[in-house]
Amino acid sequence: MLTLRGEAELPILIYTGAEAAIYLQKWFGELAIRKHRIPKPYRVPELDESIRHLRTSHEATMLREARKLGVAVPTIFHVDPDSSSLIMDYISGKTLKEELYVLPKLKRRARCRGLGELLALMHKGGIVHGDITLSNVISQDGKLFMIDFGLGNFSKEIEDMGVDLLLLNRSMRSTHYLFHAELFKSFIKGYSDVIGPKSSNEIVEKMREIERRGRYFERG
Amino acid sequence: MSVVTDTGEILSDVRDVYKSSAGSGIHPREAAEHHSEKAAIVLGDCFKQTGVSASQLDAIAIALGPGLGPCLRVGATVARSLASYLGIPLIGVNHAIGHIEIGILTSGAKDPLVVLVSGGHTLIAAYSGGRWRIFGETEDITIGNLFDMFAREINLPSPAGPEIEKLTQHATKFVPLPYVVKGNDVSYSGLLTASLSKLRTGEELSNICYSMQEVSCSMLAEAVERSLAYTGKKEILLTGGVAANKSLQDKLEKVAKIHNAVCYTVKSPFTGDNGAQIAWTGILSLKAGIMTQVENSRVRPRWRLEDVDTPWRS
Repeated sequence: MLTLRGEAELPILIYTGAEAAIYLQKWFGELAIRKHRIPKPYRVPELDESIRHLRTSHEATMLREARKLGVAVPTIFHVDPDSSSLIMDYISGKTLKEELYVLPKLKRRARCRGLGELLALMHKGGIVHGDITLSNVISQDGKLFMIDFGLGNFSKEIEDMGVDLLLLNRSMRSTHYLFHAELFKSFIKGYSDVIGPKSSNEIVEKMREIERRGRYFERG
Repeated sequence: MSVVTDTGEILSDVRDVYKSSAGSGIHPREAAEHHSEKAAIVLGDCFKQTGVSASQLDAIAIALGPGLGPCLRVGATVARSLASYLGIPLIGVNHAIGHIEIGILTSGAKDPLVVLVSGGHTLIAAYSGGRWRIFGETEDITIGNLFDMFAREINLPSPAGPEIEKLTQHATKFVPLPYVVKGNDVSYSGLLTASLSKLRTGEELSNICYSMQEVSCSMLAEAVERSLAYTGKKEILLTGGVAANKSLQDKLEKVAKIHNAVCYTVKSPFTGDNGAQIAWTGILSLKAGIMTQVENSRVRPRWRLEDVDTPWRS
């Protein structure tokens, strides 16, 4: 809705995701977003409340820790687990999912390589994202921000890092299948540059192992 | 086994399902022996029921995978013999595609996000660029396995979903159990271990069954919701053996409602494995010109959904 002066009236709902509704609003004069984890009618209330409460406070923690490692993430302004809401700064830009469809070859490779470097930075510092898809990376003309840390965790387990790679690889394969191999290869290049080729190979191998594990377990 | 016409009319659907004994899982050799003993009888009944004679058939479709090798081989042998004897095309069908196609045929869904749940599958897929693409799946055991492996401990035969569902009706409380969602993926192995350990600490069986079903179905519902948001699809199609689970149906309907989508569930008797789904998928393949030479018809126990070209659905 527009006011008389032509400004949008805040707060406005700008996006409804699977887990949360995102509102654009002001926070002490600054443009900010509020991420509200919506109650889910398909979970029994006690389970639902504990999940939303936990993920809200957890996401704030993970964002803070990721920032310490030098990963670009939104700045948290306010955390309110009881209303399962986070208030953070507004990052304008496109999701990598959208951007990769339209970028020329060299640029999309560079983006993926950059993403590889970011994720390696996190993994090296002991943080796994837990929900890494191309929708959870925002590109501000090439500067990459990681968002959605609600399923993140502190971990140095190769298994957990392998899951991150698996999720990203699947995300690329399912929506960008025409050049998926190229994207993942560029990603691994950046990843390996930061985490080292030895660890990188080990984690990629783990990813393959997890893939094989889940696939058509022979029955049914 | 089933005779299906090219307009999707299912003339017969004869089954003789192998059942494991209580407290044990499916034994591959015993299951294969069962198949070879019953194949001829089921085939005979199939013709009897429809009044169709073998000479009226246009093609033979068979599931070449995924599944248990010994069982698949029995079916493949029967199918190869029939096709060669009758001099008609043989069509090797992917079992998972079968579940999807019968779901689409019987529900009328057009472009759904598919949720395939059975003893062998727990996956979320959508169609794009000539193939079904997987958006989420289990990272260890399937939801059918979760129920069956738990059931084995309490001495129930597989598939045990319906029995467990019955037990949940007597539950008095929710017991917290591990809820593990990773992106659009789920992981059930921890839930199985925790449920079994609750059993040993003397928790009421009905409460464990209820909580295990509640947590496993909620996890999947969340993964589905995430995939729905990611793909922007407006239909959900629940198919496979575990699609019969009421709690899962209810949760996915709720997910659909949140996103203004429609949830279709494959109707009984086509939830579980059936010949009609293979026959119907065979017809779709045949119309698209896809057939299988006998010499290329070896079984593929680990044939992955994503590796199957399905050009008829574009």
